[in-house]
Amino acid sequence: VIVPLNHILVLSTLLFALGMFCALARRNLIMILLGIEIMLNAAGVAFVGAALQWRQMEGQAIVIFVLAIAATEVSVGLAAILAIYRRSGSTDPESGAAALQEGGPR
Amino acid sequence: MSILSILFYAIAVLITASTAMAVTRRNMVHAVLYLVLSFFGTAMLFYLLGAPFLAALEIIIYAGAIMVLFLFLIMMIRMNKPPGEEFSLNQLLPALLISAGFMVGSMVLVGGNAMGRKALQAAQASPETFGIYLFQTHWITVEIASLLLLVALVGAYLLGRKVRRPSIQEREDMP
Repeated sequence: VIVPLNHILVLSTLLFALGMFCALARRNLIMILLGIEIMLNAAGVAFVGAALQWRQMEGQAIVIFVLAIAATEVSVGLAAILAIYRRSGSTDPESGAAALQEGGPR
Repeated sequence: MSILSILFYAIAVLITASTAMAVTRRNMVHAVLYLVLSFFGTAMLFYLLGAPFLAALEIIIYAGAIMVLFLFLIMMIRMNKPPGEEFSLNQLLPALLISAGFMVGSMVLVGGNAMGRKALQAAQASPETFGIYLFQTHWITVEIASLLLLVALVGAYLLGRKVRRPSIQEREDMP
């Protein structure tokens, strides 16, 4: 016998709030992307807990697709950060936006 | 309190503590390493909750591939100046408010969930049954995910290739 589902949901909520805080408060594009990763992972924890509660594999299948989306998002996001860094010389979100406005889309 | 629930609480404390450490680190390499620890904890949690295949994938993809990609980027980007203030106050306050508000709201929702008060019975979905289920029921989603990965590959290449135009730093270097 493991814990009730509510405890798993509380853990997932905590992780999600931490990731949200990281994405909102840090002034660095890499840390913002890291916060998004934490949030996706927290959603995965909730899905696996729900899959155990209702004995359905649906939840686990969704976690697989969350993994695929996380990998996609990170590869494109990191490439974009690298492009912004090459153009503006920093990974600060504001200077990055300023550099993109100045240069326009390639 | 059974051994499994003790294990759950231990893992939960490990995950939360290491994620909190990762969120507050100033050095990004340290943050990524703490996050690797957190993902290992999540993998243990997935195994405990009856998803051994997802536990393996969590280690291979999250802790292995994604975090190593982050480390690559951090090492490619040289921070020429140490960032002065990591948390500016007029950004910290709204962030704290929003995440605390989210937490309170969802705690209220979870507290009202009477269905989730009963302790769960341990069960396992073996990788074999899970794979058969995935490819029989969700085969079209798997195809869409593969298409998505292909698009990401092309997009990352397009964004990451060398710019022919001189960058700002080179322009400054020019007389």
